[in-house]
Amino acid sequence: MKTPLTFALAGNPNAGKTTLFNALTGARQHVGNYPGVTVERKSGIHTLPDGTNCNIVDLPGTYSLTAYSIEEVVARDFLVQERPDVVINIVDASNLERNLYLTIQLMELGVPLIIALNMMDVAHDRGIEIDPERLSALLGVPVVPIVARGGRGISNLMAEAHRLGQDTAVWRPLRVSYGEDLDSMLLQMEKVIEEHDLLTDTYSPRWLAMKYLENDSQIREKGARTSRQAATLLEGMAAEATRHHQVTLGTLPEALIADQRYGFIKSVLRQGVLSLRHDPDRLYTTDRIDQVLTNRLLGPVIMLAILFGLYTFTFTYSELPVAWLEGFFGWMGDLAEAALPDGPLKSLIISGIIDGVGGVLGFVPLIMFMFFGIAVLEDSGYLARVAFMMDRVFHTFGLHGSSVMAYIVSGGIAGGCAVPGVMATRTLKSRRERLATLLTVSFMNCGAKLPVLALLTAVFFAGRQAMVMFLLTLLAWAVAMVVAKIYRLTVLKGPSTPFVMELPPYRFPTLRGLLIHTWERTWHYIKKAGTVILAISVILWAMMTYPGLPDQEEAEFAAQRESARSEYFASEDELAQRLGAIDRREAERSLELSLAGRIGRSLEGISRLAGFDWRTNIALVGGFAAKEVVISTLGTAYSLGEVGPEASESLATTLANDPAWNPVKALAMMVFVMFYAPCFVTVVCIAREAGSWKWGALAMGFNTVFAFAMAVLIYQVGMFLGLG
Amino acid sequence: MARVVLRRMAKNQRGVIAVVKVGGELGQRIREMGLVPGTRITVQGRAPLNDPVALRVMGGTLTLRNNEADYIEVEIQEEQR
Ligand SMILES: Nc1nc2c(ncn2[C@@H]2O[C@H](COP(=O)(O)OP(=O)(O)O)[C@@H](O)[C@H]2O)c(=O)[nH]1
Ligand SMILES: [Mg+2]
Repeated sequence: MKTPLTFALAGNPNAGKTTLFNALTGARQHVGNYPGVTVERKSGIHTLPDGTNCNIVDLPGTYSLTAYSIEEVVARDFLVQERPDVVINIVDASNLERNLYLTIQLMELGVPLIIALNMMDVAHDRGIEIDPERLSALLGVPVVPIVARGGRGISNLMAEAHRLGQDTAVWRPLRVSYGEDLDSMLLQMEKVIEEHDLLTDTYSPRWLAMKYLENDSQIREKGARTSRQAATLLEGMAAEATRHHQVTLGTLPEALIADQRYGFIKSVLRQGVLSLRHDPDRLYTTDRIDQVLTNRLLGPVIMLAILFGLYTFTFTYSELPVAWLEGFFGWMGDLAEAALPDGPLKSLIISGIIDGVGGVLGFVPLIMFMFFGIAVLEDSGYLARVAFMMDRVFHTFGLHGSSVMAYIVSGGIAGGCAVPGVMATRTLKSRRERLATLLTVSFMNCGAKLPVLALLTAVFFAGRQAMVMFLLTLLAWAVAMVVAKIYRLTVLKGPSTPFVMELPPYRFPTLRGLLIHTWERTWHYIKKAGTVILAISVILWAMMTYPGLPDQEEAEFAAQRESARSEYFASEDELAQRLGAIDRREAERSLELSLAGRIGRSLEGISRLAGFDWRTNIALVGGFAAKEVVISTLGTAYSLGEVGPEASESLATTLANDPAWNPVKALAMMVFVMFYAPCFVTVVCIAREAGSWKWGALAMGFNTVFAFAMAVLIYQVGMFLGLG
Repeated sequence: MARVVLRRMAKNQRGVIAVVKVGGELGQRIREMGLVPGTRITVQGRAPLNDPVALRVMGGTLTLRNNEADYIEVEIQEEQR
């Protein structure tokens, strides 16, 4: 049997690659990483009409194939190294001219190409008439009009791709003319490349020559490694061409190349391919919406309102399912309480497993609602507007408007996760802005911190929950920005990267897209909860249970119980109460003597400054494993501290009734949880994305010291003012 | 016809790009989006804090910062609507 065909999907961001990819592969997808770099690699399987399977690879969306961004390098390396049988170039028909810029580059590279002319519906609505046959004839590439969203034309496209994939295509690079001067220089360079056989097994000589003229860092490095002599020659020729163009034309070869590519595209489109029924400046619905949503006065107000609305939506609508889940886990606990014999196993199941998992899963609805809201903003195109409106501010702090994505994914709109947030920094091109973003995204209120914040606000700021959460989110932003600026002025000093960006048209998100989005993220959270959290919950249970009371103390408690029973009580209830109090003291004493208790106690000396007692300390240490563990640990710590009927009492009531807790302590704790060391998964990701463990260590050390200072400040000032 | 730096263009003003005076990554990013000599642009508006600027180019909307717009010179087209 033949090896299956591989089709790669290439195109500009927002051209519809993912939509087509989902339509082709359905659920048969696999998301991984390209080796060595952290760009997502999506691949899947599609069954062709003749019953054979083919591989579909969704390449990162790019506008060019330069070496300036990891995405572009990944895309072009994939093309030349893995040599897909066919490259399906998704082109946005409503934005043909700009989209063809990548097409030309793909053609210059020489890949076997087919153009999927997507968004034909949008083009039609906008009065853009395209003649696909004419375009195909002029470019010498098959062109298939499709509507990826809706599935029109996809079977045609695949039939065409299948046909193309079957004749073992020889790569035939397109030769665009770049004007007399550059053309003759390119010819000379090609000759050198051919003579030295420089990288010709991977690239066409002309493409290499062009990349030398464009100052392409990756190709120059590769060239120098392969043949120093040829590389020196070519670099010299490129430098000469640059000098010549600067002197005679006042321009650079790379500029001329780009201009000529567009010139080529314009000439193709003018030959009867494209006709507009309307003035190109005509305002479309998108522009009318933008006149309001990015209006200088209304824009920011609406933005704040939208973000605040998202909170209200999330908190209000998730209340009911959260209550159901809480009830469910309470019921499970009662069930285990009644069914299991007393002993360590019962304690493990109730305090370690049910409470631990319940504490985390109870918040799934909240997180799902939040992710759904974010997906709406993201898929509708509104987030790009947020970046546009925010860049001025971000730029001031040494960041980039697109940093906003990473912050929002991390929980800038509360409920994200720093792990994908850290991944989202991949879209940032400058290393410095990227690192500054990487190191500060974990300050945002991720979904794991939410349970902690939600619990404490519910208990201590009842009725003002949405407002407090909103203010905490603003605080997270402020802290992240200031710390980023500090980084950009010290360890990450340097100039900023371009903000040349597209504002995609507003689109109604599809329910399917939203659900896939929401589900992927929620599932990620649940998986984390189900595995890491469960394991840690159990470890922590063990830490809080062992070594247990020394025999002598145990005997003392037994004696106390004995003597209580021999006393006279007015009623059975009174006796039960007395016994309960003894049990609680015993359990508390046992926790104090446990490993966790010892750690918590030993830290208490310092942590008292922020109002944290040893129980809180245990929870915070546990929180390094994952922030949501703070809650389950606190839950375990408290439910272990009390036995009997109160065991099912929720943590919220426990905290509300505990005199050691007050709003000031709650606030200090929330602020500490927000800003101290990111969970170890995030630290690992930061280290990996930044390429060095020292950045991970910096995030841990700096954040913890910083958070503690903030917590102490809040606690001391708050108590001084008598707000406790 | 007057030639001005893009930064100085007012909202709704139209023009044709005359020259892009920058190379390297910024030059590449500007050009790959279609901001090359001969391209017609209209200033669509500015962000609330006056920066970045949004342009209407080839039926789509692009944004760039003012200090990036400084490298782009535009031949202004007189109003002819
Ligand atoms: N009207 C219309 N919208 C489309 C079409 N294809 C994709 N979209 C929408 O365009 C947006 C961007 O698509 P996506 O697949 O995420 O683009 P990618 O960035 O290339 O992966 C999404 O909102 C899609 O629903 C189409 O053919 N017609
Ligand atoms: Mg995509």
